[in-house]
Amino acid sequence: MLQERIPDLTKYVEPDRVRREVYTDPGIFELEMQRIHERVWIYCGHESQVPKAGDYYAVQIGRQPMLMVRGSDGKVHVLYNRCPHRGNMMCGDRKGNAGEFFRCSYHAWTFQHDGKLRSIPMMDSGYAGTPLNKESPELCMKPAPRVENYRGFVFSSLAKDGPSLKEFLGKAIVAFDDMCDRAPEGEVEIVPNCFRVIQHSNWKIFLENQLDALHPSVTHQSTGRAAHEVEKEIAKKTKKGEAPLSYHMLSAFATVTIDKWDNFQTLNYPYGHCILTGYMGLRPQDPDTLAYDKVMIKAYGRKRFEEIVSVNIHHVLIYPGLSVQSPLQQLRAVRPLGVDRTLTEIWHFRLKGAPEPIYRRSLAYYNLVNSPATLVNADDLENFWKCHQGLSSDGGDWVSFARHFGRDIEKDGMVETAPNCGTSEAPMRNQMKAWAEYMRG
Amino acid sequence: MAKNTQHEVEQFLYQQAEFLDGKHWQPYIDLFTQDGVYWMPPEPSYQTWEGQVAIFAEDKNLMTVRMKRLLHPDAWSQRPLWETNHVVSNVIIEKQTRDEIVVRSRFHMLELRRDDVRHFAGAYRHELRKTKNGYRIKLQRVDMANAQAAYEYVLQAWV
Repeated sequence: MLQERIPDLTKYVEPDRVRREVYTDPGIFELEMQRIHERVWIYCGHESQVPKAGDYYAVQIGRQPMLMVRGSDGKVHVLYNRCPHRGNMMCGDRKGNAGEFFRCSYHAWTFQHDGKLRSIPMMDSGYAGTPLNKESPELCMKPAPRVENYRGFVFSSLAKDGPSLKEFLGKAIVAFDDMCDRAPEGEVEIVPNCFRVIQHSNWKIFLENQLDALHPSVTHQSTGRAAHEVEKEIAKKTKKGEAPLSYHMLSAFATVTIDKWDNFQTLNYPYGHCILTGYMGLRPQDPDTLAYDKVMIKAYGRKRFEEIVSVNIHHVLIYPGLSVQSPLQQLRAVRPLGVDRTLTEIWHFRLKGAPEPIYRRSLAYYNLVNSPATLVNADDLENFWKCHQGLSSDGGDWVSFARHFGRDIEKDGMVETAPNCGTSEAPMRNQMKAWAEYMRG
Repeated sequence: MAKNTQHEVEQFLYQQAEFLDGKHWQPYIDLFTQDGVYWMPPEPSYQTWEGQVAIFAEDKNLMTVRMKRLLHPDAWSQRPLWETNHVVSNVIIEKQTRDEIVVRSRFHMLELRRDDVRHFAGAYRHELRKTKNGYRIKLQRVDMANAQAAYEYVLQAWV
């Protein structure tokens, strides 16, 4: 029925523009959930969120409520959060520990952490003469068809077939390598707090903003200016003439003027993934950084150390649901709740083995930019809402992604923006190209 | 305990709430000592604001950034109608010394933004210093009951 009503979705996407219904039509949203989110690899969480057997986190994949759980076997499983008996949700909390097994609150059916049936009250008498027995799959909690873990980051796909996680991520895998390699021990550990912010807009509007280098100096001008004024005052009063780095993180929105953003570059990959290069001046020569460098050189040797810290990434977008800022060890998972409602789950990590002051940088960014009292994202959210409102109107049919169109450089199966085209809308074109391919079914 | 101390402390808390609802940001910031901190932990279990996840952990410099942003003409999210209404009550003096006083209270805050109403509530804990200009806040801890809930939009100013 849906296919009849939306006759040819590929006509909704042209190389440099997209029909507005792609963002606002509830029918298209349902189809997106089926053909994209409930099919591709979706980020569930980091394994350090569930360190002990029975630890679980609820996670939404497309429209499906799932559980990421640590099994007694040490493996991380992903299950549908549903009792196979009468459909009761197994865990009503966002996180917790299930104990030695899951136990349904309705009729006390119990399940192992991998979803296999453990017991049903009076099972022998209750199911005598039925074809059902302990091994019947319909009596087990249904597992996600595929789960893979890359350096601690757990992904799940609700489709049996498809590319492996590594094939799917392709070059965007650098998001996790960059994050982990910056740790002297080669691993990161989650800081167990999730900030959750709901955006009143379509999920794609958020993703398109992530690599939009034209917006920061416009949208975040007020915060950039405010931080820059205070930064200068602090600098005057200190001996070294410097304010803490956290002020720089904010003032950059004003000091990096709109023309300078063209110096950045975007790299656009298959499946809609994109990378925005840029450094935010995070390699200063202060004592904290030098102390960290020393630990890193000891762990990796100078040559490898130089390779690691020269990886030049600002953001990695893993389509359709994850935005990673690896140099600051933060990520935002995007969970569509409806055609005009999107939840972001925001986490940050510790670099294992790194000195405390390095963690403090990541923390400062998490608190100032990513907390629910954010000095930055408030203005993004305002734009997202306005975008969605505007796209709901008959004032125009198309969204334009034409900036620097025709100048993209295609090579080796990817698209990179030409020099001085950092504000190119190539990432949006790339995301919509992947969208159209997925939606073709 | 002198009855007028209770009264003075209550008046101070009401004054602070009034500054927020009136958008008198500078007078609000001036209620803090030079080294004062406004802190909203993400959960009640947090013991210190330093080096921890926080919804707010702002000294006067950061509070000034927030104020300047709120007042900037291009703070887009500040354009729409936006009002708050705080009610502070259940004021209990926890301890008192010659120079300092610690006071706990409860608050309810209604926020109107465009056509949307949100409701926040929780507990304040003020560590106040007695100065010749009256009480000043060394540390204000805000344990918001809905701190861990998903936020429909974000918080723009102090709660």
